[in-house]
Amino acid sequence: MNFLLLAVDTFSIGDALLISLLDFVIILIVLGMLIGVIYLLRYFLFRFDKFSNGKSKRMQGEAQINAQPITEKARGSSGEVSIYNVKPRDAAMVMAIVADELKTPLNRLRFKSIKQVGEGEENNEVQG
Amino acid sequence: MKILQSIVELFKNCGYVSIGWQQYLMIFIACVLLFLGIAKKFEPLLLVGIAFGMLLTNLVASEQTADLLYHSDMWMVKNPDYVNILQNGGLIDILYIGVKTSLYPCLIFVGIGAMTDFGPMLSRPISLILGAAAQLGIYVAFLLACLTMGTGEINLAACIGIIGGADGPTAIWLTKSLAPEYLGSIAIAAYSYMALIPLIQPPIIKALTTKKERLIRMDNPKQVSKTTKIIFPIAVTIFTVLLIPSVAPLLGCLMFGNLLKECGGTERLSDTAQNALMNIVTLFLGISVGATATAANFLSVKTLLIIALGLVAFSFSTAGGVLFGKLLSWLSGGKINPMIGAAGVSAVPMAARVVHNVGREYDLDNHLLMHAMAPNVAGVIGSAVAAGLFMTLLG
Repeated sequence: MNFLLLAVDTFSIGDALLISLLDFVIILIVLGMLIGVIYLLRYFLFRFDKFSNGKSKRMQGEAQINAQPITEKARGSSGEVSIYNVKPRDAAMVMAIVADELKTPLNRLRFKSIKQVGEGEENNEVQG
Repeated sequence: MKILQSIVELFKNCGYVSIGWQQYLMIFIACVLLFLGIAKKFEPLLLVGIAFGMLLTNLVASEQTADLLYHSDMWMVKNPDYVNILQNGGLIDILYIGVKTSLYPCLIFVGIGAMTDFGPMLSRPISLILGAAAQLGIYVAFLLACLTMGTGEINLAACIGIIGGADGPTAIWLTKSLAPEYLGSIAIAAYSYMALIPLIQPPIIKALTTKKERLIRMDNPKQVSKTTKIIFPIAVTIFTVLLIPSVAPLLGCLMFGNLLKECGGTERLSDTAQNALMNIVTLFLGISVGATATAANFLSVKTLLIIALGLVAFSFSTAGGVLFGKLLSWLSGGKINPMIGAAGVSAVPMAARVVHNVGREYDLDNHLLMHAMAPNVAGVIGSAVAAGLFMTLLG
């Protein structure tokens, strides 16, 4: 914008009027463009959220498909546990040992994951 | 004999006899401002400091004592000699370095940013336009100043205009570069009118809106995600500073302060910016700006003109916001209360509170505060852009 003013050493009222109009319009444009920036930001964040939500839902769905259906709860059980690629008997044994070691009743524990990490072994996993 | 001479010398240096009527008048004005700040609570945080600085500088204004605090001649040059100022300057000269180098206004903007919630504006982005429209008074006052003082004083006209932005640090930031000799008058006018917003705005709002418009209730603003609030200051800084580089000091600091508040990992810095830093800078700013209001600078026809045109700037800014608010209200099918446009002048949060109170005069259950905060914070951005443009064109 300086090029407009470099040409004039002294200002006339006309120049002052021009500066006023120009500046006011520029402020409107800049803030108008900021509105655009906000909408763009919201749009991309919305798409990103949708994408990440969709991804996590997809993962949840796959996990549910792979999970063995739970027919009925055992006596005295509290809560539910999903078991993947492991026999219920083995999972129950692991959980019982953990509860015994921690001196905490089983129904007060929450199992996130139990994995067999031995070499050449099948990757057994329990999630609860 | 020497003792007698010393006593005579002491008497000559005594302020009671060595200062003129102009200084006494300035002392009276300073006391009035102190009264307004302390008793009437008119922007006391700044007005008390400004008034006390004014008082001090005029108490030691005689030829013998003028060097104790402030040397206006050291500052009325394009490139001040800072070494000389540090060696020979008075207390106010040292403090004034922060004004002249833009340090104080920018640090205050960091504090304002850390205190500002852009949430309402982000949930209703259209309110940014109201923040732009409410800068109308800047240009009306600028033109009127050019007409009355002549275009030879175009820099001063720009500083008078910026009073309409209702943003003290912005007015100081611009004036210290474009018209430093009027810094005291401009700062006092800006802060006085900001304090008088509850008196200035309601009649204008009521005159420009119908009762039906004043009764409009607005929908609750949508929730804005934390991520949006974090990205917003970064995006605005990149976008605006690349577009108008001269806004970098003010807008950059405002957005930096806001980022400290929103990002979550810098609570301590945000807390310091909002409280300790803000208080220290306000203290230094007030007293050093006030001290520039010497009788020679302040007691002139131009000061009266600055005060009169400052009021024009404020009034037209309010009117511009309300009129644009009416347009938006009409375009939105009556979903926007046009009164919130008045909050587009950036006196945060006073202008929003005034709109809220006017709304409740007509409907006790109509709470417009959050809606008015949106154009209010947009006004801060708008006035910073306006000041940046003046700086680009005239600085």
